[in-house]
Amino acid sequence: MSLLSRYLLSTLAGLILGIGPVWSADSFITVASTTSTEQSGLFGYLLPQFEKPSGIQVRVVALGTGQALDLARRGDADVVFVHDPAAEEKFIAEGNGVKRQEVMYNDFVLIGPKDDPAKVAGGNDIALALRKIEASKAAFVSRGDKSGTHAAELRLWKIAGIDLAANKGSWYRDTGSGMGPALNTAASMNAYILADRGTWLNFKNRQNLAIVVEGDKRLFNQYGVILVNPAKHPHVKQAAGQQFIDWILSETGQKAIADYKIGGEQLFFPNAKR
Amino acid sequence: MNDLPASLTTALGLVAGLDARLLDIVALSLRVSLSAVLLAALLALPLGAQLAVGNFAGRRTLTVIVNGLMGLPAVVVGLLVYLLLSRAGPLGPLGLLFTPTAMVIAQAILVAPLLTALTRQTVEDAWHDYREQLHSLGATTHQATATLLWDTRYSLFTVMLAGFGRAIAEVGAVMIVGGNIDGVTRVMTTTIALETSKGDLPLALALGVILVALVLAINALAYVTGAWAQRKLG
Amino acid sequence: MHTIFPLSLSGVSFAPNDVPVLADIDLRIEGGARTVILGPNGAGKSVLMRLMHGLLKPTSGQIRWNAGESRPRAQCMVFQRPVMLRRSALANVAYGLKLAGVPRVRRNIQALAALERVGLAHLAARPARVLSGGEQQRVALARAWALEPRILFLDEPTASLDPAAVRSVEQVIADIHAAGTSIVMTTHSLGQARRLADEIIFLHAGRITERTPAAEFFPRPRSIEAQTFLEGE
Repeated sequence: MSLLSRYLLSTLAGLILGIGPVWSADSFITVASTTSTEQSGLFGYLLPQFEKPSGIQVRVVALGTGQALDLARRGDADVVFVHDPAAEEKFIAEGNGVKRQEVMYNDFVLIGPKDDPAKVAGGNDIALALRKIEASKAAFVSRGDKSGTHAAELRLWKIAGIDLAANKGSWYRDTGSGMGPALNTAASMNAYILADRGTWLNFKNRQNLAIVVEGDKRLFNQYGVILVNPAKHPHVKQAAGQQFIDWILSETGQKAIADYKIGGEQLFFPNAKR
Repeated sequence: MNDLPASLTTALGLVAGLDARLLDIVALSLRVSLSAVLLAALLALPLGAQLAVGNFAGRRTLTVIVNGLMGLPAVVVGLLVYLLLSRAGPLGPLGLLFTPTAMVIAQAILVAPLLTALTRQTVEDAWHDYREQLHSLGATTHQATATLLWDTRYSLFTVMLAGFGRAIAEVGAVMIVGGNIDGVTRVMTTTIALETSKGDLPLALALGVILVALVLAINALAYVTGAWAQRKLG
Repeated sequence: MHTIFPLSLSGVSFAPNDVPVLADIDLRIEGGARTVILGPNGAGKSVLMRLMHGLLKPTSGQIRWNAGESRPRAQCMVFQRPVMLRRSALANVAYGLKLAGVPRVRRNIQALAALERVGLAHLAARPARVLSGGEQQRVALARAWALEPRILFLDEPTASLDPAAVRSVEQVIADIHAAGTSIVMTTHSLGQARRLADEIIFLHAGRITERTPAAEFFPRPRSIEAQTFLEGE
């Protein structure tokens, strides 16, 4: 075989190998979800329990809540699974989603340095803690990335009665990053940060950080699941997507969520309405 | 840096244990980047040779543009390809987003300017030596291009290795167009990014060590093969 | 048989970027001879050859072959440094034939025959680049000869070679001429000019000062510039 033919054949082979996986995929849906949910490890535990009996592969693209919803707005996902009720309602109102259904909740925790310069450790009033942090100008890291966690953080500052725009100083570090990177930043800066419990429990680079405030009802974080509207995006895999939603809201799915534990501790609390 | 010894141990453990998920991720990384380089070369090698040898209007402008595109950030390429392949975009109906094919396309676009620019320089240097003789023998531009590409094949092989290195090391493009989906579009660099963001720095570093070792091994193999071929075939 | 001769240059000058290199060149090559162009450095010998071969275009004047053709195929040029492609000696010789569209089997046969004629058939499979300077130059000559040119231009073909190689290359040039190809070459070596030339064209500062049969040129050059040149040697 001449060298040219060999060259062409190997090119062809290379292309086919690169393309192969697309053709070999059976049935699958694309779920836009959040980095915090992915990094908590929930999907790794939960999804096989749906995929095996149904034969539908669930492909999770993990982004911030804002990004996940934007992705779905462009029609690049079949289902969204995020935790920002206000943004989700807006998504439905725009006509991008069919219906919003509650799936589960977890909670946020306030993380801070062990030497606690703002003296908030041990408390269970998040508004009070935030006011103390602002007053003492202690370092605080924000995600700043339109995520569900970021939205919750901004809501809590408002509840605490603090106008961030006016009071933002060099103590408030807006990093524009995901939960993990933001925690990395907080760990190296010895700063306070609001995090979801799931990511925190899985986070390995804690350095001097620990949970300082938890349990406040206002720290609860509600997850919703939405089917992307096939009327607006005709290619959406409606049947398979709905099958996944039905499963996650069913007794089996809800129990699977409750059974997910890290170090014996339950992370997510199923609360689907029947 | 005190994580380094721990990471090396972890790396060795992962490799020795032939962890199945790791092997899948490595295999996918290799397939995507190799395909991307081959795909880009199909366009870049002839184009680079034309830029060196050809005599058409706008040649110098095109050369400058190609050189400039070498500085395209991977994340920008990823963004552009995403907008192209998104359902809301022109190529949406192809359904290529979040697949390895999308990653191949993105990386091919990323390395094409590099391959073109280096090919152009390589061929231009050879053209300087060959030009008069090829003209004397009556070679057309097309024939000269083909001859130069074949004659500089060993240098061009190194050019391809450079492209491969650029492709397999990038994370910005494949993250956006691939979505880092577990078991589908997760490659070495996106896994390293993920583990870093989870705070598991030793594991991320270990994967980094494996990636570097892999690329070194490939380059060593390429070098040996090239030297053998040169000795045997001239 | 169609002949490409005569080659005529009329009023040719070459002045790239307005720098005069050649001026008032009137020349007519009838074919059949071994023509050697002599002259001091910078006289324009290489440029004149490249104009005749068609590698350069004159700034003014006309270069025409028989029947007004501007660049016939049946001519080849060999350069001071042989350009060897990164392939075997045989493949190098066959390359010229390939460009001319000769099919593979036939061109390999013709290429091997050409290598035979220059005495290098035993090196056919060797990578051309590992051959010695003299061997490479003979491969270049074989490459040209395989194309059966009516005229062969040679630009200082042995300037980079050792004496033994010079002799073998000169022998090949003589053989090519004997087989019916006209020779036009430049050289720095008067000894080589004496050995090979039928006629001498003397070039000085871009102008032709004389064109004389070799037997008359060396004892009694006609132009003062040529006299000075020969005395200086």
